Amino acid sequence: MSTASSSVTVSDQFPAGLRVLVVDDDPTCLRILEKMLGTCLYEVTKCNRAEIALDMLRTNKNGYDIVISDVHMPDMDGFKLLEQVGLEMDLPVIMMSADDSKQVVMKGVTHGACDYLIKPVRIEALKNIWQHVVRKRKNEWKDLEQSGSVEEGDRQPKPSEEADYSSSANEGNWRTSKRRKDEEEEIEERDDTSTLKKPRVVWSVELHQQFVSAVNQLGIDKAVPKKILELMNVPGLTRENVASHLQKYRLYLRRLSGVSPHQGNSFISSHSQEPPYGSLSSLSGLDFQTLAATGQIPAQSLATLQAAGLARSAAKPGLPMPLVDQRNIFSFDNQKLRFGEGQPQHMSSGKQMNLLHGIPTTMDSKQLVNLHHSAQSLGSLNMQASAHGNPSGQSSPLLMQMAQPQSRGQILTETSGGQVPRLPTSVGHPILSNGAAGAMLAINGIGENSRGTGYNSVSQTSSVLNFPLNHSAELPGNSFPLGSTPGISAGMSTLTTKGGFQEEINSDIKGSGGFMPSYDIFNDLQQHKPHNWELQNVGFAFDASQHSNSLQASVDVTPSVLVNQGYSSSQRNVQNSNVSAMGKPIFSVGEGSEHGIALNVGQHLNSLLVDNSTRVKSERVTDTSCQPTLLPQHFGQEDLMSAILKQQQDGLGPAENDFEFDGYSLDNIPV
Amino acid sequence: MERNQQLRRQLASMRQSLFDQGHLDEQFILLEELQDDANPNFVEEVVTLHYRDSARLITTIERALEKSPLDFNKLDGYMHQFKGSSTSIGAKKVKAESTQFREYCEAGNGEGCLKTFQLLKRDYATLRRKLEAYFQVLLCMG
Repeated sequence: MSTASSSVTVSDQFPAGLRVLVVDDDPTCLRILEKMLGTCLYEVTKCNRAEIALDMLRTNKNGYDIVISDVHMPDMDGFKLLEQVGLEMDLPVIMMSADDSKQVVMKGVTHGACDYLIKPVRIEALKNIWQHVVRKRKNEWKDLEQSGSVEEGDRQPKPSEEADYSSSANEGNWRTSKRRKDEEEEIEERDDTSTLKKPRVVWSVELHQQFVSAVNQLGIDKAVPKKILELMNVPGLTRENVASHLQKYRLYLRRLSGVSPHQGNSFISSHSQEPPYGSLSSLSGLDFQTLAATGQIPAQSLATLQAAGLARSAAKPGLPMPLVDQRNIFSFDNQKLRFGEGQPQHMSSGKQMNLLHGIPTTMDSKQLVNLHHSAQSLGSLNMQASAHGNPSGQSSPLLMQMAQPQSRGQILTETSGGQVPRLPTSVGHPILSNGAAGAMLAINGIGENSRGTGYNSVSQTSSVLNFPLNHSAELPGNSFPLGSTPGISAGMSTLTTKGGFQEEINSDIKGSGGFMPSYDIFNDLQQHKPHNWELQNVGFAFDASQHSNSLQASVDVTPSVLVNQGYSSSQRNVQNSNVSAMGKPIFSVGEGSEHGIALNVGQHLNSLLVDNSTRVKSERVTDTSCQPTLLPQHFGQEDLMSAILKQQQDGLGPAENDFEFDGYSLDNIPV
Repeated sequence: MERNQQLRRQLASMRQSLFDQGHLDEQFILLEELQDDANPNFVEEVVTLHYRDSARLITTIERALEKSPLDFNKLDGYMHQFKGSSTSIGAKKVKAESTQFREYCEAGNGEGCLKTFQLLKRDYATLRRKLEAYFQVLLCMG
């Protein structure tokens, strides 16, 4: 079945071409479903054994967009399959059964099914299943945003020091603003991001393993964060990081043993619920706010972002599309979110990349940026960026939205849908507050868009994205070459695309036992080739041009960068997932490692931006800073963000490492 | 031509009687609607699949009913599968009897299960026979 992956052309026909895997031991039903789904113009693969279905999903990680499974199957319980898919692949799963008793339906809900159909299934019910894919991606996007952008733009601008992540003050503000947003959008989860506003820590597989071994060594009862931290001996990791992670882990374990934590989803879900990483939720809220403030992000971008998030299909419960114009999500025409991967290339084609496979997302660069932001806990940067007053204010509302939902830590692997961490919603937050309005826009755009979709191509907000990445990166505030936004927009689109990829990433993530999935994702992300990133950049650049939102130009570029990183295909997704799942900005973890991306990205972005300033040249984006180095694959979103940020920085000014935000008056970003 | 008309009339009346007698419900019509040029024998194909699968289940249930004591859980499980398949083709009577059987299983009523199963088998055979005849005519029509 569909292997599509590469074509990004889905958007126009979406939802046609949606790749569905249907699992049912009853051959009659299977045949009927196959026919019905075919009538809906979906690409159907049928399977009569759950184990085989899992194999198919594992081997073809990004080969499917949604799974429909029967509840009663001889070889494996349908709910178990549901959980596995959610954990490992983070795809939306629809359960079906002739049994319509409340208990069974409830079981579906608690295990994370995104829908439950009663047999005999009618074709009308199948016609709309694409919504689950979009929703998931959107949520993922949001998560990413949230997790990524620790600081919302409207918070006080953080000085460039990377170290300055945990500013409780900032977090407080951010949280508030985010909260507002969240409440508005009813983003579920993550409240705790606000408390911790540290740069997001990316819990890579290795890191998680270290964590788990430390916990096991101490004994689950005696495992206190301080001791775990000591045992792990990971430089740069803080007690708070460990504490929040431990909390999630505990919930996960509890869930495994039958007691469901508030959600009953997989570990990841728990994560997402309350963004341990703090940044996720906060980011989204903030990001959007800031972004909104800047008004730069066109509603469209936001939508795109949302779409991107959707693509991720993170099973984020309740992540409603943030304020972002939901309708944007559906305005896929411009951006095609590709359900699968392989979008990056498309990006360069000057069109918004549809991150979401098959889901056209109109993410413009802004969205991407937003995505990024969320993904990365850029820390103050993000905030600043957004703070910096986007002139347009229009996007602000969008931004606001974006910020919220995303922070789902769940991104990664929720049971049901395992939302791979989408770009932290931080994307939304306007990191670059500097006059780089474009940046702001980008951020805004991203924030907005990405909220829902995750990777909508945020063309404009690219700048925003950058911010988060850099968190400390000081996006060269002032000189942010907005003019070059075109590139950014392109980037933004990429971001959106990334959202799409998130889904794919999910599949990559094979949770070792469930818990890990999220972590795996990160790993996967890391492994993803950076070039995706580049590709995205290219695309990004193109988008930017499309959007040419004024400032954004420079900003836009970045987003693409970011997007690329995160989304370029499944790999990207992984990245994204990392980002979102972790909710922590990559930066925090990365600090040492490649994740330094945030910084790098910022720089990179800047360079991109710079390029963009002249024009959004997607190529430039790619060749310059977009290097994969910027964003380690696993960052996905974060990478993007950083890339964007970097770009911005570069664009803004010079120095690639000159991320100081002074130029950006992030704190001014009206939220 | 005339023969064809005759066949068509015959077909229509056979079909109608299946509905009138309560053997089939609207699900069958939905299947017919799914049939198209790309899948011109879709309904027959599905019905064939159903009978192949359900025949196996009938045998399994029968064997299980011979055991003593009755394992109601298992019986319920088998019947659930059977019911799902029957529902898919719109086998109305058979579906109702499956539901009844499951209720008896839940209540642990072996007698009720046995009795219902006999009714079910009878209606199942009737429908199968009628459908086979129906498709035969359909085939003749070309």
